[in-house]
Amino acid sequence: MSSTQQQREADVSSPRRHDSARVSHARDFGRGFFAKLAIMGLVDALGVYVVITAFTVGSTVIAWSMVALLLVANVVYFTRRALPMKYLLPGLAFLFVYQVFTIGYTGYVAFTNYGDGHNGTKDQAVAALLAQNEKRVEGSAAYPLAVVSNGDELGFAIVDGDDVRAGTAQDPLSVVDAEVSDGVITAVDGFELLDRQSVLAEQATVASLRVAFGDDPAAGSIRTQDGRNGYVYTSILRYDEDADTMTNAETGVVYAENDHGQFESAEGEKLNVGWRVFTGLDNIRTAFGDERYSVPFLKVLVWTFAFAILSVAGTFLLGLFFAVVLNDPRLKYQRLMRSLLILPYAFPAFMSFLLWRGMLNTKYGFINDTLLGGMDINWLGDPVLARLAVLAVQMWVGFPYMFLIATGALQAIPAETIEAAKIDGAGPLRIWRSVTMPLLLVAVTPLLIASFSFNFNNFNIIEMLTEGGPMFRDASVPIGSTDILITMVYSISGLDGGAPKNYGLASALSIIIFLIVATISVISFKKSRTLEEIN
Amino acid sequence: MRRSILLAGVLTTSLTLAACGSSDDSTESTTDGAAGASGGLTIWVDDTREAPVAAAAEAFTEETGVEVELVQKNFEDVRPDFLAQVPTGEGPDITVGAHDWLGEFVNNGVVAPLEIGDKAAEFDEVALQVYTYDGQLYGLPYGVENVALIRNTALAPEAPATWDDMVAAGQAAGTPFPVLVQSNGESGDPYTHYPMQTSFGSTVFAQDAEGRYTNELTLGGEEGKAYAAWLAAQGAAGVLDIDTTYDIVVEEFKNGNSPFIIGGPWMVASFEGLDLAIDPVPSAGGLPSQPFMGAPGFYVNAQSDNQLLANEFLVDYMSTVEAQVALYEVGDRLPAVTAAAEQVAATDPIVAGFRDAAADAVPAPSIPEMASVWTYWGNTEAAIVSGKSDPAEAWDKMVSDIQGAIDGS
Repeated sequence: MSSTQQQREADVSSPRRHDSARVSHARDFGRGFFAKLAIMGLVDALGVYVVITAFTVGSTVIAWSMVALLLVANVVYFTRRALPMKYLLPGLAFLFVYQVFTIGYTGYVAFTNYGDGHNGTKDQAVAALLAQNEKRVEGSAAYPLAVVSNGDELGFAIVDGDDVRAGTAQDPLSVVDAEVSDGVITAVDGFELLDRQSVLAEQATVASLRVAFGDDPAAGSIRTQDGRNGYVYTSILRYDEDADTMTNAETGVVYAENDHGQFESAEGEKLNVGWRVFTGLDNIRTAFGDERYSVPFLKVLVWTFAFAILSVAGTFLLGLFFAVVLNDPRLKYQRLMRSLLILPYAFPAFMSFLLWRGMLNTKYGFINDTLLGGMDINWLGDPVLARLAVLAVQMWVGFPYMFLIATGALQAIPAETIEAAKIDGAGPLRIWRSVTMPLLLVAVTPLLIASFSFNFNNFNIIEMLTEGGPMFRDASVPIGSTDILITMVYSISGLDGGAPKNYGLASALSIIIFLIVATISVISFKKSRTLEEIN
Repeated sequence: MRRSILLAGVLTTSLTLAACGSSDDSTESTTDGAAGASGGLTIWVDDTREAPVAAAAEAFTEETGVEVELVQKNFEDVRPDFLAQVPTGEGPDITVGAHDWLGEFVNNGVVAPLEIGDKAAEFDEVALQVYTYDGQLYGLPYGVENVALIRNTALAPEAPATWDDMVAAGQAAGTPFPVLVQSNGESGDPYTHYPMQTSFGSTVFAQDAEGRYTNELTLGGEEGKAYAAWLAAQGAAGVLDIDTTYDIVVEEFKNGNSPFIIGGPWMVASFEGLDLAIDPVPSAGGLPSQPFMGAPGFYVNAQSDNQLLANEFLVDYMSTVEAQVALYEVGDRLPAVTAAAEQVAATDPIVAGFRDAAADAVPAPSIPEMASVWTYWGNTEAAIVSGKSDPAEAWDKMVSDIQGAIDGS
């Protein structure tokens, strides 16, 4: 056995020996343990609160998941094993809550028709259709009403001319003996009058109670929306639970459920309220099957790549330039100038975009009006200029970040390395090309890739600055020269209010964008590994 | 082996955490106001309307003993949040809203029909009409709003009879702008331009005999093209300009840089100190100018467990003259209850002027098809005004694009 091998074995076994010499952290009832106990106590308290709340609002799935999570957390932190998990658990928790859950939910919505007209469940749609199509009989009178009870069930008593008529859900209204003063019923024979508090306590029952107006069902039924006034209503739609169909009582047309979560008649007439159903790949098919989108889609795709690449390149080169210049120790006021350069980064980007939009206004904007002495340049109305304007504003907003990371990376390059290169006889350019730049890129390449994916989906700048405009004159959809994929998705799925909303379509398209960005990122990260080999 | 155990552990945690993520959301939103859980009423209001609704709520609580919880929200968030939360049972019992959300609310089944009985006679007819969908009333309006011609009487003492008279008077006043009409750059502003369009006889959707909008698009035709040609001419003459955004027109008018501005009651508060008169928008095409009329109001949640209370609150407490006047005081909108409107108009000539200017107004369509119209409409108008597109061609293309969007959705 060579001495190095012995050395290695000693290294490997030393932690175990260390353990037996001292008690493990989990059994060590020192200060650290009590700190851990306190923190876990807080976490558990919060968790139990969530569990209780989840049970009270009836979300059993969430409640049980939370119970499981709490068990896992306690096991991980109070056992001697699972040391890696002790470090990973909090990070994993946030990763899954914020990333995986969101992506999973988006994926779920992408296969449904969630959107305008398909907003809720089928039960809700049926209830809404029935409520919307229960209409007051035209020209019918308003009746002063009292909510009454016959001991078993609730009913209504109404003042109809000189008579008082009372009934329940089972018995149609019939004339009863009663006392009325000032149009208000004060007593009804055979019924007990409910006071206001009791009515409000039973309001769900009262609101859904229908008392037939007469023996003939066509005469409609009395209902109340406030517990004091009754009106005669008839239902135009009837729901047949067994057959799962809606029938129009006036025309006799029968509406049956179709594949898209709507009731549809044999003639293809659909009832307005639908519900959410799984539609498989329909959303993807719509996205690529609609001819109106095929022409602008390619243009938008090209511009999205151009925008993302040029933004990253532009901001990085500008930031790097300033970083290099300001890294020179001979420069005066170095700190002040650095702080000034970071200013655009300290500004909320939202505000910056809106300010720039105002400044780029053709006639009243600061740029044309003051800087250019009253020129009439249509910055945001001309396709080429608008794209340049978007890039310029992104440059302004984005370069301080690049400046910061480039400065950091430059300062991290050891002075000895540069010194060594100098001694080897390299000139400044050679040092830059062969030493500084490669070392810099090792540090910043992952950030450049992240910046690319961010700009690929840089929704804010487009929506705030140009709203995608100016519009393509040859397209039949409201898509414009500065629209990037994500703003196009926002617009065609109606989330901007320019079309009926379609969350299913929006989710399906977002997933496609996600796939594009993920692919590019994976490839780039793989490539960037070759850079690291320099080290 | 160890690795796979760890992986399994990771997976289990991930699933529970994923579920837990949504649990956090739900606990948060319960404080947002679960309908009926507390037995009280929950109402969504925006900041300007909070005080008057709170006053009515106080009276309500005093007389009925029912607690009312007001939840303040940004007005822009109300529509999407109401649509998203009602199906989950988390929505409020009542929300403040605008009438043009109606079509979307009805088709998504989130709003309950409202029966106001004999009270209907106390309301402005159009205000109720805009909250009526397929013969059923769904909201309680508290005001009406429309655009009109706001005139700075120091610069223009007389009300102009026609558009050209107005432009001539504006030029004679010697101000930088003959008239200020807001636009929004490339996106245009068809809402503000609608009175001019209707004066050419061009409308957006056909109305049936009872004034209800049908889904028959009527933007096209010779009237539409005549209006498009007029837009191009006014743009070329510099009277209309897509660069004058809302902020710019309000600022310029406030500074006395034009005798006329086309705008609504929401602008009036910015013009303090100016002597104003309100006239109908003068006709550009010979026919009467018909601005869109809108009506802010309240909706009841279709899933609310407090239907009785919610209806009682709206019908008995929000449609009183006091409540409607209180809402007028914070928003400058003419009340929707006629008696309140008369009381307000007697003391406020500005509001009276907006009311008179609305004599020919038409309800702004709330049918869902309208969503497909705005973007194309505004972009095309802007392109015509700025001289980028040939008016007749662009207008025809717009009509076919909108029809395509309506058929495609």
